[in-house]
Amino acid sequence: MKAGIFWVAVLFAGICWAEDPNLEKRVTGLAHELRCLVCQNQTIADSNAPLAVDLRNQIREQLAAGKSESDVIDFMVARYGDFVLYRPPLKASTVLLWAGPFLFLLFGIWFLIRRVRKQALPERQLSEADRARAAKLLE
Amino acid sequence: MRRVAWVVFFFLALVALLAAGLTLNPREVPSPLVGKPAPHFALPLLQAPEKTFSQKDMLGKVWVLNVWASWCPPCLVEHPVITELAKTVPVVGLNYKDAREDALPWLKRNGDPFQLTVYDVSGRIGIDYGVYGVPETYVIDRKGVIRYKHIGPLTPEASQKKVQPLVQELSR
Repeated sequence: MKAGIFWVAVLFAGICWAEDPNLEKRVTGLAHELRCLVCQNQTIADSNAPLAVDLRNQIREQLAAGKSESDVIDFMVARYGDFVLYRPPLKASTVLLWAGPFLFLLFGIWFLIRRVRKQALPERQLSEADRARAAKLLE
Repeated sequence: MRRVAWVVFFFLALVALLAAGLTLNPREVPSPLVGKPAPHFALPLLQAPEKTFSQKDMLGKVWVLNVWASWCPPCLVEHPVITELAKTVPVVGLNYKDAREDALPWLKRNGDPFQLTVYDVSGRIGIDYGVYGVPETYVIDRKGVIRYKHIGPLTPEASQKKVQPLVQELSR
């Protein structure tokens, strides 16, 4: 009887240990995707603000209850808005955010091409007098 | 000469951009809850733990939900503004992640303008309301829809220019 209880206990402990690391990994994975609104430049994984701790517990509770990652993300967005996402979604209101760096790059390339062309032009224009001088010098 | 004009132009454009950025408050994140029904709760009262109160009990009335805590200094700053506001509209307090033995003396010391106060010790309802910077103030209409959310201490200007006109408009 005692041995039976012992083995049941071992089995349960085994299940708990086997389950936890996996769940913790998922919790941490999600926590790295979500912004802590108290300390806005940290994820809720990095922050130890009380709200971040609460939200990590909330993620753990929901994942343990069988909800998917996207369910948890929807839960957070419904309460805190898109700002809670560290990777903002591509929407009409965020197009400039996503396209901005590329626009700057295009502008930089256009500027560079213009500069290079401007500098290259004067070298080709040799007047007749210059040619005559060059010819004389080369003789 | 034209080159100098361009450089000055870009410099001024950058200054204008950064100046605009500085005037925005990064803590004011637009809440997705505005325009949505106030999330459900049924919480014990701060003063009477055996009684519960739900947001449904306020259906048919325009009211204000104020999230506060005794550990929150800005709550003390806004307290006179809330007290003034409570003369014109029912204000329900949501005592957020606080302890009764701290919250009750706080109300005794600073006055209790609330119609009643609910006690959210775990902060679970706070999460449903998207609370992240106590104090926060919500205006809720007759149908139980959140119409306005103010994050941080309610200033006299915000109370007079936004909350009170909105309450009047909704009560009409």
